[in-house]
Order: sequence, then C-alpha cells, then structure tokens
Amino acid sequence: MTELAAESPLLRVIGDDATPDGATDLTDAALLALHRSLLLLRTYDERSVVYHRQGRIGTYAISWGHEAIQAGAVHALEERDWIFPSYRESAVGLLRGIPPATVLSWWRGHPSGWWNPAQYGVASICVPIATQVPHAAGFAWGCRLREDDRVALVFFGDGATSEGAFHEGANLAAVKKAPLVLLCNNNQWAISTPLAEQSAAATLADKAAGYGMPGVRVDGTDALAVHDAVREAAAQARAGEGPTFVEAVTYRAAPHATADDPSAYVDPDRVEEARRDECLGRLEGYLQRRGLLNEKLAQSVRAEALDLMRQGIAAAEAEPPADPALLFEHALGDPPASFAHDLAELRRIQGG
Amino acid sequence: MAERLLVEAVNDALHEEMERDENVLVIGEDVGRAGGVFRATAGLRDRFGADRCVDMPLAEAGILGGAVGLCMAGWRPVCEMQYDAFSYPCLDQLINHVGRYRWRTRGAMSFPLVVRMPYGGGVRAPELHDDSPETYYVHAPGVKVAIPATPADAKGLLAAAIRDADPVVILEPKLLYRTSRGEVPDGEHVVPLGSARVAREGTDVTLVAYGAMVPLAERAAEALEGEASCEVLDLRTLKPLDEEALLASVRKTGKAVIVQEAPRTLGFAAEVAAVLAEKAILDLHGPVLRVTGYDVPYPYWQLEDLYMPSVDRVADAVRRLLSF
Repeated sequence: MTELAAESPLLRVIGDDATPDGATDLTDAALLALHRSLLLLRTYDERSVVYHRQGRIGTYAISWGHEAIQAGAVHALEERDWIFPSYRESAVGLLRGIPPATVLSWWRGHPSGWWNPAQYGVASICVPIATQVPHAAGFAWGCRLREDDRVALVFFGDGATSEGAFHEGANLAAVKKAPLVLLCNNNQWAISTPLAEQSAAATLADKAAGYGMPGVRVDGTDALAVHDAVREAAAQARAGEGPTFVEAVTYRAAPHATADDPSAYVDPDRVEEARRDECLGRLEGYLQRRGLLNEKLAQSVRAEALDLMRQGIAAAEAEPPADPALLFEHALGDPPASFAHDLAELRRIQGG
Repeated sequence: MAERLLVEAVNDALHEEMERDENVLVIGEDVGRAGGVFRATAGLRDRFGADRCVDMPLAEAGILGGAVGLCMAGWRPVCEMQYDAFSYPCLDQLINHVGRYRWRTRGAMSFPLVVRMPYGGGVRAPELHDDSPETYYVHAPGVKVAIPATPADAKGLLAAAIRDADPVVILEPKLLYRTSRGEVPDGEHVVPLGSARVAREGTDVTLVAYGAMVPLAERAAEALEGEASCEVLDLRTLKPLDEEALLASVRKTGKAVIVQEAPRTLGFAAEVAAVLAEKAILDLHGPVLRVTGYDVPYPYWQLEDLYMPSVDRVADAVRRLLSF
C-alpha cells in the first residue's frame, strides 16, 4: 500500500502503528453490524474455497480480503438502493437477505441460483467484465426520470476500467446525472495482468475527471473509510449531483479464482504483507480498541456465520436435479412453439 | 387509411405507442433534436419531451446496456441504432445480457426493449452503411427479430415489438424508407410477430424473402409471368419463424428460392433451407436454391448492384429450378 499511498493520499479512518484511529459517526450497533457483515462475507469465501476443493461447488471467484469494500459499501446505502455486482461480489446479496443456498447454487451451476433482482435490490451476478456498468447507469437514470430517489451502486475491478462498457456506462451516467456510485475494487491484478499494464493513468480515480465527475481514493482494507466515501457519494447522487467514481485500493492476496495459480506471477512477500494487513483484522483491531469487540463476541459471530454456511450448502445440495423444462422456461415471456417440441423430444429421448 | 412512406409509418408507430404507454422511451443517437438521421423519430421530442425521446452519447453498447437498466426501472426503451454496421458494438450487450437476463431471473424480470435500425444496401452510401446483419441478431437466444417490407408492416410490427414482453430487434430496409409507399391503417395497428404474409400468390415456385428483397422478388415474379407462376412469401418475422406459412407454400409449389442480401454462408436463407430439408423433403420437387449477397465485404457503391440480388439473378435461379 505504501508505494501507492505516496502517489495520492487514500482516505482512511482505521489507524495503524503509526497513525491513530480517525473519527466515525457510526453508532456502536452499526459498527458491530458492519463487522458481522465482513465476517459473513469472509466465512462465505473461505467455506466456498473448501466446498470447491470438496467438489461441492464449481469454479469459484475468490473474494478474500475484499470484504471491507463490499460490506462497507452496502452498509452505506439505503435498503431501496440497488447494487450491481460482478462475480467478485457474488456474496454481496447475502447482506440483502439472499439466502446462502441461492448463491452457492449459482456456483453449483444449478438454476435455483436464480433470484429476482427487484426482491433484493441486487442485480444478477455479472460475468462479462464491466458490462454491468451501463445497466447500473441506465437503472439509476431511469429512477431519476421517475423522480424515484433510489441510488445505484456498481462494483467492478481495476481491469474493468479498460473496457469500453465501463467508459460508456460512466459517461452515460455523468451526462444524465444518474444517481450512481461507481465503486472500483482496485486490487491491482486482472487475473495475471498488473495494474501498470492495465492503465497508464497515475491513479484510476483520475479517470473520473474525464467524465466530469468526482473521483475519490480510499483505502480498500478500511471498511469505515469505504463506508464514508460511499455514503458521501450516494448522498451526492441522491441530491441530484450525479455519479462519483470511488477507487478502493487494495491488493489481491488470494488467487483470482479456484482455477488460478498466482505463484507464476505474484510476489509472495507482497501477498504476505497484504494478508497481514487484511481488512477484517483491521476492523476487529479497531473495534477492540474501542472496547466493542472481544474474542468471545467475535467467536460467536464467527460461529453464527459458519452455521449459516453449513445450512446453506446443505440446502443447496438438497435441491433436486433441475427439471429439463428449465432449459426452456423463462427464456422468453412468449415462447415459440419449437420450445414445447424440443422439450417433448428431449423427454422422450431421456425416457421421462 | 393514409398513404405513407415506410419511414413515415415507423414514425407513426412511435407516436401511437408513446401516446398509448407513457413508459415507452425512444433513445438513440440524434433521435431527439434531429429526429433521427432518416427522420424516423421526427417530432417525438416536441410532442413527448426531451426525457422521452432522448439524444444519447454516441455509444451503442452504452445505449443498449443503458436500456437494460431502464427496463429494470420499469421503462420500455426503444433504441435506435443509427446504421446496421454501427450497431455491432451493441452485440456485446445483446448477446451477453439482453437475451439472457430474463432467464437469469427465472422470468421474474422482463426486458421489453426494442432495438430498431435501418439496414441493407442499394442506397449509394459510403462503406459500412449497407450491411444486412440479421444473422447476428437472430442467432442470439432470447431475442426476437422482425423485418418489415411494407409501410403497413413497418408500423404494425414495430407496434407489436414495443408491446411485446421480450426483447425485439427490428431491421428496417433503408432502401425502402422513401421508395416504398403504401396504405397504412390510422391509429393503433399491430401485426403479430411470427406471422408471414403471402405477398403474391403463385403455384410453381415459392420465392421466400424479407425486407427489401420482397419487392425485388415481386418484380422477379412479374418478369417471369408466362414462364412461371411465382408465389412470394414475405417472412416478416425471422424469429420466431412462421414455419406453417413456409411449409404450406412449399407444399403447394414444391419449389423454393430464398432471396437475401446478406452474405450467403449461414445467412437466414440457410435456416429456411434447413427447415425445408427437415420438414418438407417429400414436398420438394427440386433443390432449394439461394440467391444472396456474396461472401465478401459489402463493396463500395459503384459495385453494389453486382453484389445485391437482382431480378436477373432471381429469374435465373427460378429457371434453373424449373428445368431441374
């Protein structure tokens, strides 16, 4: 972090050996709720890697170390605001009430991994990089046109800022003064491509100027700083001031996904440093210094999250095999005759 | 009933549907102040305001991706792509999201958006203002595709598309925008998606066509009068395809020539030929022939008449088929 911090200061609240803790106006209850969310996301991620190794879910995109960005942002929004996740934020819906079984089913490739975005204010997990940015811009603009004061927040990574879809979405949001928060998880790696080969900009937040929107940089391992930056950006958006680009700077201390072996390209010392400074430990340290958290409480929150995951994977595994009709159902509101024919033929061949 | 040019019929449909449903938005490049480069959206901004007929940043993926989000916020966006070949950036959104999102949400959310664009050649335009990109759109699951050949259908198919629960792509033959004039019903006029039209009755050969190739096929049928009685079937909707109408016509004539201006390989004519091979083999009295553009880049316009299917090429195919 130090070399980046030298370029441009990062917003920080949580202190370290050299810096005292800054101020937050979050209540004790809100701080503990935020901690519970970080821990849930961490537990989800660590368990998912295990489930993958056990062959219980498919390829999984790891989000270890990014919990401060995800939970910090979600806690800064109102319930009615919408979130547009990429696959890196696959579990962010847990913070909005999506059952763990649903998200685990998504990683199991089972259609019970579907959800209704309108029910949770969480769009479907977006796989193709940056293509969710125009969706979020269009949604936010569409809300503004209806004089509905909802805000949209879109997650994407540093690599996504190279995509045309990022540019087109950011520009659209700025031109239409869409109430959007563009939250870039700059973990400095797009699979194996380092940031320096992704962008020649001094910082990603500098890109915001080109769209005529504010750009802020925040320490992505500091949940309180992310929370403050997103809350401020959301307030601006809701007030009709348009979008803000928030660059949350962190370091990817885990593989991109379960199919990735980063030993070929990362510096293990740098990973070790990032793991030492990881976001959950930083928040827990802060809460302990405030006297809000002790090991007993942390244990009980951890046990609760583990229990949720155990129930989640059990429920996902208890799902019956998907009915072949689900191949066709819902593809179109008004399905063509060929669907019924194809399904009947498939059932006949399957002997069903 | 009023006589209208095809592009005026498009404009009429947009006025009717925006009046009928306040959730309908028209978005695109130059659709507002200018009323569209072909004037298809003329008058909408004045009538419905700049928030319902919206000039967008020049970014096709942004327009269609933005439309996905607008649908999530309850709007029914009608997106204009300025030209066929300029629409390709939007294929990213169309293939990855527009056609899949409903399925992803188990049908809980629908994406009732329309993409409409002028397409096709024969208008002496600069490079990349002449493509027939229908195959790319038809191939994307979860999306319907219609192509009108008459002013009445240009209005009725667009109205059906705007009211449809599913994403629909409408390709409008720009060659016919101001060369095709015809009776267009006043007020609401809806032509259901998925129904073909017999443009001309005949008994010897079925000429299967869509868009700008329909009037061409009709001219070829006239030229062949005395030699062959040609039926002209205007598909109107490519997906879903009206197989019944196609099979009924070929059952009657036993012969089919399919005309498309897109390049030959994997063009929509190949799909029509495959349907005939699967479902009409015993009705056929000869090979299914295609008259298409060539598998080459669409040429600069001094060569375009050689590229485009012509009356002579269609007539030649019919004669080859008759002598089979």
